[in-house]
Amino acid sequence: MSNGKYTLVEAVNLALHRAMRDDENVVVLGEDVGVNGGVFRATLGLREAFGFKRVLDTPLAETMLAGLSVGMAAQGLRPVVEIQFMGFVYAAMEHLVSHASRLRNRTRGRLSCPMVLRTPMGAGIRAPEHHSESTEALFAHIPGLRVVVPSSPARAYGLLLAAIDDPDPVVFLEPTRLYRMNPQPVADDGRRLPLDSCFTLREGRDLTLVSWGASVHESLQAAAALAERGIDAEVIDVACLKPLDLDTLEASVRKTGRCVIVHEAPKSCAVGAEIAASLYERVLPDLHAPIQRVAAPDIPPPLYRLEQFYLPGTGDILAACETVLDYA
Amino acid sequence: MSPDLPYTRYLAPDGRPLAELPAWADDFNLLTRLYRQMVLTRLFDQKAVALQRTGRIGTYAPTLGQEAIGVAIGSLMQAEDVLVPYYRDTAVQLMRGVCMEEILLYWGGDERGSDFVDPRAARDFPICVPIATQALHACGVATAFKIRGEHRVAVTTCGDGATSKGDFLEALNVAGAWQLPVVFVVNDNQWAISVPRRIQCGAPTLAQKAIGAGIHGEQVDGNDILAVCDRMRQALARARHGKGPVLLECLSYRLGDHTTADDATRYRCAEEVRQAWEEEPVKRLRAFLASQGVWDEGREQALVADCQAEVQRAVESFEAAGVQPLSSVFEHVYARWPSALAEQRETLAERLVRRQGGECHE
Repeated sequence: MSNGKYTLVEAVNLALHRAMRDDENVVVLGEDVGVNGGVFRATLGLREAFGFKRVLDTPLAETMLAGLSVGMAAQGLRPVVEIQFMGFVYAAMEHLVSHASRLRNRTRGRLSCPMVLRTPMGAGIRAPEHHSESTEALFAHIPGLRVVVPSSPARAYGLLLAAIDDPDPVVFLEPTRLYRMNPQPVADDGRRLPLDSCFTLREGRDLTLVSWGASVHESLQAAAALAERGIDAEVIDVACLKPLDLDTLEASVRKTGRCVIVHEAPKSCAVGAEIAASLYERVLPDLHAPIQRVAAPDIPPPLYRLEQFYLPGTGDILAACETVLDYA
Repeated sequence: MSPDLPYTRYLAPDGRPLAELPAWADDFNLLTRLYRQMVLTRLFDQKAVALQRTGRIGTYAPTLGQEAIGVAIGSLMQAEDVLVPYYRDTAVQLMRGVCMEEILLYWGGDERGSDFVDPRAARDFPICVPIATQALHACGVATAFKIRGEHRVAVTTCGDGATSKGDFLEALNVAGAWQLPVVFVVNDNQWAISVPRRIQCGAPTLAQKAIGAGIHGEQVDGNDILAVCDRMRQALARARHGKGPVLLECLSYRLGDHTTADDATRYRCAEEVRQAWEEEPVKRLRAFLASQGVWDEGREQALVADCQAEVQRAVESFEAAGVQPLSSVFEHVYARWPSALAEQRETLAERLVRRQGGECHE
């Protein structure tokens, strides 16, 4: 942090400090989150500030982390659990799918599960195998969960505070590629951002670029390039993948008549498919061109020498924009 | 290979004391209360199976033969402790204040059965179906107690099959690492559906899984309620006073089918089951009480009649409960149904109208 400017990971850290200060029920747990401050330093300083009882270095077992959080949350704590990388979250899935997401429903509200599971997501940082996943659709499919992906320091701060406050389980996915990019001003004012709204980052009338996470960065670059050619693109950061704010997306695409969806998850059955299908249900007569999806191919993220070609780039987005703009 | 873990048994299958009994065992008021609860559990269990056979509830997991374990646990937990059960825990749930109507509602296909009304069970977990996952939830509950400095205990149960799962072992591990106030009760009833104990695990005992986690483990005769009570009392005291978790392996036998959807005659022989009936817990305690001159046929008949009437009242109350309105399926998925998903409520309401309008062709 310098001059009130924070990177995304610093904003996460700022929000965690704030949440732990404001509510003694907030507890942070995970592998290496205490003394080490987290492998990305997202939990830096928490142990010193709030003590070992609220900042728990745990045994190395992701299933245990998720199951433990369910039990803690059912007792009224607000566990914020860190899974070191998204590639290791699958061991936690059973507890998210079969318990965290269902506890409120199966007890008719007698018990609930106000936990947040944070994990870094995405490729592009030359990381080892299993450290570059974007499998957000697995979580977005599950009733009872919320799935949130910030794409700027300010949104990371406001969305994480809202996620910790939320009475239901939230999967909070932090794009590693943005962790240390472009420090931006963040006011540590405790303000929460809504968990059921898209963010319109740039207004425009010619086409709608829909994205989330790290791909928002390239989408904004594409919009800037289009603007130089006099084309006015609207850029929407979906941010909350579950539940989806379709109303905002619908209104935008009704206005522009053209839509390109950008994400770094593999194309098939991704959240982009859900958005495209929902938009077709709602706005087909207003579309001037078929919706395009710019995504990763249906392959495992390649080891890092080729990962730049796996990720959608600005040029790929611009090519898809050409397709919708030129459609006769 | 077998570490020398304690094994406790006080009563022979015919009710004869095999060793000097613990001091509290001369409290015959207490013992007859425990006996009543075991009989009540068994009669309720029989009724639940009968209700399934006649299509009035869905699949049910009978607790036949496990009454001593559940009643012992339930009689010793404090109200402020938390039970994190598996799915063969009718006996202990009844003692926690979960009412028979609720248990019937749950197995009868209605979520209201896990919305326990009694304050004793207010923080207890509902029945857990995914095997062994509840062991970790109990560790989370115990972590909350420890963080808050509360002298409460989380008690979790599972069967012998569950001890093969990673969740169970991860739970033992974290409980040991953090010395959590949790008691793991393994109901080793010899059968995980069709898989017998001997091919479930190569270790001579399941209790010795505690050793690798650095926690205390022991075995007890799960058909001897004096033994289960004695060891459970010690385990709870130990956990409550910060002396660490306990793994208690209760040796029993699943006298019934795995569930009402199972047919155990496919995989185990009648002779084995006949022998197991010789060991069963209700008869054993009754024989002991009779040998002490505090139980007789007249009392038995009065008790059975009393318990049957209680079960019957619960069945009538269950059958009068009615069905939840369809709109209730949205009420508790989130604390508040997201406005972004409002359309789905309308879609289901339309489906209801369509079905009620007789337009369905299923």
